[in-house]
Amino acid sequence: MNRAIEQLTKVDASGLAARDDLEHANAQARMDNLSFSLAAGDNPASFTQKYTDVKSEKDALIKIAHGTTTLAFKFKGGVIVAVDSRATMGSVISSQTVKKVIEINPHLLGTIAGGAADCCFWERVLSMQCRLYELRNKKRISVAAASKMLVNLVLRYKGMGLSMGTMIIGYDKNGPGLFYVDSEGQRLENNLFSVGSGSTFAYGVLDAHYKYDMEPEEAIELARRAIYHATHRDAFSGGFVRMYWMKEDGWVTMPLEDVGELYYKYNPEIQLTNASESPITVTSV
Amino acid sequence: MSSLLSHEIGYSAPIEVHNHGFSPYVNNEGTSLGICGEDFVLVASDTRQSNGGYSINARRSPKAFELSNRTVIATTGCAADAKQLVEDMEQRAQYYVHKHGREMSTPAMAQVLSQLLYTRRFFPYYVFPIFAGLDAKGKGAVYNYDAIGNIECVSHYAYGSAAALLQPFLDNQINKAHQRGADTTAKPSRAQAVKLAIDAFTSATERDIYTGDWLEIFIVDSEGVHKLTRELKHD
Repeated sequence: MNRAIEQLTKVDASGLAARDDLEHANAQARMDNLSFSLAAGDNPASFTQKYTDVKSEKDALIKIAHGTTTLAFKFKGGVIVAVDSRATMGSVISSQTVKKVIEINPHLLGTIAGGAADCCFWERVLSMQCRLYELRNKKRISVAAASKMLVNLVLRYKGMGLSMGTMIIGYDKNGPGLFYVDSEGQRLENNLFSVGSGSTFAYGVLDAHYKYDMEPEEAIELARRAIYHATHRDAFSGGFVRMYWMKEDGWVTMPLEDVGELYYKYNPEIQLTNASESPITVTSV
Repeated sequence: MSSLLSHEIGYSAPIEVHNHGFSPYVNNEGTSLGICGEDFVLVASDTRQSNGGYSINARRSPKAFELSNRTVIATTGCAADAKQLVEDMEQRAQYYVHKHGREMSTPAMAQVLSQLLYTRRFFPYYVFPIFAGLDAKGKGAVYNYDAIGNIECVSHYAYGSAAALLQPFLDNQINKAHQRGADTTAKPSRAQAVKLAIDAFTSATERDIYTGDWLEIFIVDSEGVHKLTRELKHD
């Protein structure tokens, strides 16, 4: 913890970490068999940030897959986790079938928002550390401890341009657990979170209808609706609604739902314009 | 310094400002694609290499490579970085063979590539790889990555300067996207995949200035890696 604070106070006013800090971080990382190449010069962080574009906000050369709506909330039956499945690089949709929920182990899930590679990589490291914890201590790690391990991992690289907003969801002896962790070093606990570019729209739906005492069917429908509305208003979100339900004995998955079809489900008065056409036949390639 | 100088010589010369930034990347463009079949995979790349502007460096500079007798990789982006990345992959595959006495599995190799890209998170390779191979059961698998290692297993993918031309075409022809009533589960046959790849590249060559010259197609099946070369237009 002291080291983390030391690291925080060392960050200079520009918000970029200096070379010394990064090499210190790298030295720590090597203990986990990780090490990262740095660009030459005094300020490798500014190099990274000049050439990479994690948020489609600049015209940098290296476009990184990102963009999201993710949400999770606790209710009496556990925790519902729902995400969209679109990834964008610049304005190009690079995938409509991304898996934005990472299965850390049978009792822990993580979500992806921000840089997809950052989230996947660090949650994979977390998954390894959680397994090592189990082997060393002969018991499962708590959600609070797991989320704190993740925040400590990414805090080493504060100011380097990592971009991740993640939720860690689990079920331990204290009941359902839900934490928000991001690459700035923030770690929060609450009953309801939504993260990503479409989160404002999802929050609008969630805040209007959320109650802790919902039945599972109600909770699932609320999550589906929130993601659907976010994909409708946020250009960076879309594809499919992917849902997980965290219960006392681990998570279960729900069937994928195409948001293109949900549009007609939620607007029954609207008919698909060309519905009466006979199916378009496929001529063999 | 310059004002002092202008004082001495009596007139002020225009001052040129030079920015000496560290700029290690160039986009050599070109296009790569990967298609996954039931018991085979296909990757294809054109071989034109441009200098980041409007001139052509080379007409026969391959972007797709055989990594082992059941895996191949196709790249786009900076050719120098791609070369380094592919060499590193080859070395790791070799090292694994020497250490364990057998070849690394395809999913493991796909993950190694992801980790390799992420170790350069703060000084990325400017490379967008498509990695393809057969898994232990002989089934095809195609993976695509962003420059820092975000990995996804897909049925087909296109990267590079004509990616936005090819990807919707492949979505429609392979995944049968927006073809109501079509069988969306069927995977393309080998003959269909080769035909699609050729059509995709001949068409892209007509509309993308960075794609052309030669097309190299790698097909991996249970017998190993087969390479096909076709001529594209040279204009």
